[in-house]
Amino acid sequence: MSDAVAKSEREQEESNARIMTGNAATALAAQDAGTDVVAAYPITPQTEIVENIAEAVENDEFDAEFSRVESEHSAMAAVMGASQANARTFTATASQGLLFMSEMVWWTAASRLPVVMSIANRALGPPWNIWGSHTDALSQRDSGWMQFFAGTVQEVYDLTLLSFRIAEDQDVMLPAMMNLDGFTFAHTMQPLEKLSPEDAQAFIGDIDIPHEVTSQNPRGFGAFTAGDHFWKFRKKIMDAMENVPGVAEEAFDDFADLTGREYDLVHEYKADDADLVIVGLGTLAREAEVAADVLREKHDVKAGVVRPLLHTPFPEERFREAVGDAEKVVVLDRSTSFGRGGIVTQDVKLALDQPVASVIAGIGGQNVEWDDMVDIALDAEPGKSQWFGGDL
Amino acid sequence: MSTQSEGALVDALEMTQIRWHSRGGQGGMTASQLLGQAAFEDGKQATAFSFYGAERRGAPLNSYNRIADQPIKLYSRVSSPDMVVVLDESLVDIQDVTAGLDEDGIVVINTTNPDIVDHDGPVIAVDATSIALDYDLSVDGTPLVNTPILGAVARTGAADIDTVAGVIEAEFGEANMKAAREAYENATEV
Repeated sequence: MSDAVAKSEREQEESNARIMTGNAATALAAQDAGTDVVAAYPITPQTEIVENIAEAVENDEFDAEFSRVESEHSAMAAVMGASQANARTFTATASQGLLFMSEMVWWTAASRLPVVMSIANRALGPPWNIWGSHTDALSQRDSGWMQFFAGTVQEVYDLTLLSFRIAEDQDVMLPAMMNLDGFTFAHTMQPLEKLSPEDAQAFIGDIDIPHEVTSQNPRGFGAFTAGDHFWKFRKKIMDAMENVPGVAEEAFDDFADLTGREYDLVHEYKADDADLVIVGLGTLAREAEVAADVLREKHDVKAGVVRPLLHTPFPEERFREAVGDAEKVVVLDRSTSFGRGGIVTQDVKLALDQPVASVIAGIGGQNVEWDDMVDIALDAEPGKSQWFGGDL
Repeated sequence: MSTQSEGALVDALEMTQIRWHSRGGQGGMTASQLLGQAAFEDGKQATAFSFYGAERRGAPLNSYNRIADQPIKLYSRVSSPDMVVVLDESLVDIQDVTAGLDEDGIVVINTTNPDIVDHDGPVIAVDATSIALDYDLSVDGTPLVNTPILGAVARTGAADIDTVAGVIEAEFGEANMKAAREAYENATEV
């Protein structure tokens, strides 16, 4: 997968390779996907996404309507309306902006509109904080949006393109959130191999909203619905969500044929024979691969990492298979559900039979290095929920 | 140059790690990004990132690079650098700029008085401020020392000077490129 970006210099020149931040890669993916309408409001650490798109539209490099709106709530309302008119739509936000947008986030999913939104994950205040946490996105876990989490800049770009393809699939027709760790990706440049816009758009296909509204075919949406029919709308979303893993796997296969980069619902690293499995989302779990190497070579512990790329719907079956019969499962959880523990931990517990050790780590930009992860993995106790950082 | 490759615990830790010390407005973050770009163009894997709070002119900020032959999996801040780059000598008084630096690690600093650095290993000094002013590189009176100091960084072999010059010229034009080349020529190792 992302290791495939390791290429010789000559190959890099031939293959559209470059180095850029996750924010820049996000803007580029929205552009290469042939997005028709973008409405967004800037917020740290997502600002660069909006700036890059605005600049590309202004320079006629990106043929989209860019709508400057006065708030995140309006941003989602604008792309929802455009999507209803069969436009490919994109927006981006983070943290407080996502919460402000929340009403329209739920409305868009229940309207079955395949909007793609990037979240540069950032902690929710107070206290005020601009660094990474996953609680912002996971607070919308039950809204009806798919949720992807990237671990490299290459994944940020690729999973954004894949999000459009999967969201617009006729068996899904639901919006998708593409999560990139705030600040980590916003300000980390990594090598990226991009697709041509032609290849990207051929891969995604043409958008075809079955309930498109046009001036020739006016329709009403969101009308008053009583209990004898309301549940049917919700059941249909549940059924569509169940289709996501299969549709995603098919999209991953086609993407691998096109690019050579192979993705899976969960990314495994040395998990096959692992007695100890570290679980996490995004960049933290990517760095955990180094911790797994060190645990194997210096501590004689067969360690591996299982990192879901798709968190909603949680790919339980594939996840359980990846973890296997590992004796110790340690979740590095970058989110909090007060009264419950880490949010990701809850999904992991539901998927597994063995007891799970949960450690809340890396929230609000807390620096967690690979050697910290080695200690966390060795010290974590199955069945317990702990916090990284020492005494309160 | 010194790298962790000699004593790396595992292959994934074989890399050169660089920490930049600068003040907001001096271009430290941009410099780390340009170095990442240059190393990438040299055929290496590279990352560049920064860590700071509310963005404001004059406030200390850290930027980081990792350069390796294999894909880089680390995202955490660099606590054991192989090299530190100091764009503003006044930071030496308020920060431990050599924290975590090996004895044989390298310090690159913008100063006319390298003695201010308490480090037994190699110290590469360059008067990037004068070079920036000679080439009229400043914004609102703040000399832009980031492109000159990149020339001095190239002296360590972190990236090829011709690549660095090319990246700077493509991004900021000829004056910046010439300033970097002059710093490369004039940097002194203590």
